[in-house]
Amino acid sequence: MVVFDKPHALTDAPMHYCPGCTHGIVHRLVAEVIDELGIEGKTIGVAPVGCSVMAYNYFNCDMIEAAHGRAPAVATGVKRADPENHIVFTYQGDGDLASIGMAETVHSAARNENITVIFINNAIYGMTGGQMAPTSLPGQVTQTSPYGRDVTQCGYPVKVCEMLSKLDGPEYLERVTVNNVKNIKNAKKAIKKAFQNQIDGKGFSLVEVVSSCPTNWGMTPKQALQWIDEKMIPYYPLGVYKDRSADKEEA
Amino acid sequence: MADKVLMKGNEAIAEAAIVAGCRHYFGYPITPQTEIAAYMAKRMPKIGGTFLQAESEIAAINMVYGVASTGKRVMTSSSSPGISLKGEGLSYLAGADLPSLVVNVQRGGPGLGGIQPSQSDYFQATKAGGHGDFRMIVLAPASVQEMADLTVKGFELADKYRMTSMILADGTMGQMMEPVSLDLAVNPPIEKPWATTGTKMEREHNIVNSLFLVPEELEKSNFERYDRYKYIEENECMWEEYLMDDAEICIAAFGIAARVSKNAINEARKQGIKVGLIRPITLWPFPNAPFKKAADKVSQIISVELSMGQMIDDVRLASECKVPVTLSNRAGGMIPSPEQVLDAIKEAAKGGAK
Repeated sequence: MVVFDKPHALTDAPMHYCPGCTHGIVHRLVAEVIDELGIEGKTIGVAPVGCSVMAYNYFNCDMIEAAHGRAPAVATGVKRADPENHIVFTYQGDGDLASIGMAETVHSAARNENITVIFINNAIYGMTGGQMAPTSLPGQVTQTSPYGRDVTQCGYPVKVCEMLSKLDGPEYLERVTVNNVKNIKNAKKAIKKAFQNQIDGKGFSLVEVVSSCPTNWGMTPKQALQWIDEKMIPYYPLGVYKDRSADKEEA
Repeated sequence: MADKVLMKGNEAIAEAAIVAGCRHYFGYPITPQTEIAAYMAKRMPKIGGTFLQAESEIAAINMVYGVASTGKRVMTSSSSPGISLKGEGLSYLAGADLPSLVVNVQRGGPGLGGIQPSQSDYFQATKAGGHGDFRMIVLAPASVQEMADLTVKGFELADKYRMTSMILADGTMGQMMEPVSLDLAVNPPIEKPWATTGTKMEREHNIVNSLFLVPEELEKSNFERYDRYKYIEENECMWEEYLMDDAEICIAAFGIAARVSKNAINEARKQGIKVGLIRPITLWPFPNAPFKKAADKVSQIISVELSMGQMIDDVRLASECKVPVTLSNRAGGMIPSPEQVLDAIKEAAKGGAK
């Protein structure tokens, strides 16, 4: 009897992620959801530029690699090409989604583009070796904020869910994390809802996953998971920021 | 004979794209090409297509990238400053071998420049559309009919060679009205087994990608692409020759500059000067052959351009510097007059035949 298996929607390619990085967990959750919803054959994923640039090697569905920050625009094209038959998701990091691609993020949300966005917020540029991200915390030491993020010079972190929740457009915005079993289960629920919303034609659904980067945070994997609890979540509170359908039902 | 309708060049492009089977258009407003977007906004919803006004040129070209990944015909249009913004996407489209049609109705530059017609994006279109080693097929219409014809041709070449075709027009071509037949011959679409349309659990996943971290693999992809480009250079050059049989002076001009030049040539002929025209229709691949041939019999080539002299470099290369190549130009949104070109012809004629 098989008690634990790899989701079909993941390939056998060995992942390049660092030990303790939570990308692997989130990849698995997305793949499990694709399996459970039975949508692998019609799903097209859009990978970003950043640590998950090679996500196209890890998902078994059709995959597209987009220019830095442009994944929501590319996903818009893929979705509009065949709205009935394409399930489209983007998988983007904080530099990609909240800095260079902010316009694409905001406007795909404003259009309520019927796509699913998985947003990995680990408060750092991982791929390029640990520079300050739009979501780096005040005081956070990075390669390009070596004395700590000075908000008088670099400004404040961007809170994506809070910001997008002010728009009329998006259907669903939730922030989750994956630093313990309970949170992982909750994250999966959110990711599944974000895909189900697309299947149901409800529109733009974004799940922000507060993630760890032990390598560039200069921590052990365990310390990094604790740092999420101690530093990240107080600044980026978990929860549902917008759920239009649920709000309607309540009203 | 097919019925002709009176249309603006920009509208002719838009309708021809629809005739060619394009059902997805993404754009951002910019003068002098906004009629294309306006036409698409009217037509696309009526025929089950998509018109989407993107938040930026960058987003528009990436939406094009998305549709192109699924194998469907897709286009965007803009004018000079907007094409610069699309440069990133043009490079990615090339790197991922995706077919698309991009229209540049040029205006004067650099910078914000002006809104009057120009040909000063020749370098950008033919040599430097974005970063990295790549080419685009560049088509230069000189009439409203050609705006339509070359749009269909552009889609077909893009599909055939898996690359971007660019219509390099100018503000005059976009704005002027002429009778045009939209009874256009369109070849049946070709199979695109590489497209990302969902595996349907029937095949391995397709990947659309321009990332190659192993330099040997990236180099290989570059060489393969350039083999294709070489084939295109040998097989897809298009040009028009006008009164070249006995010509002792040759004008090189494309687009509106060629039409102005024809007027000047006709006047010069009346005055007994044997002058002809070579009008490149494909700017890349550049039609070297007619210029090489002309260089053996004419005394001078005059490149007539709405720029500070960009195509002239290619004319010099094509004619292998066998004869002097001079420039008769206006820039910044100004158009050379037939009188200016006639003066240049007369000046050249003083040097005598070869």
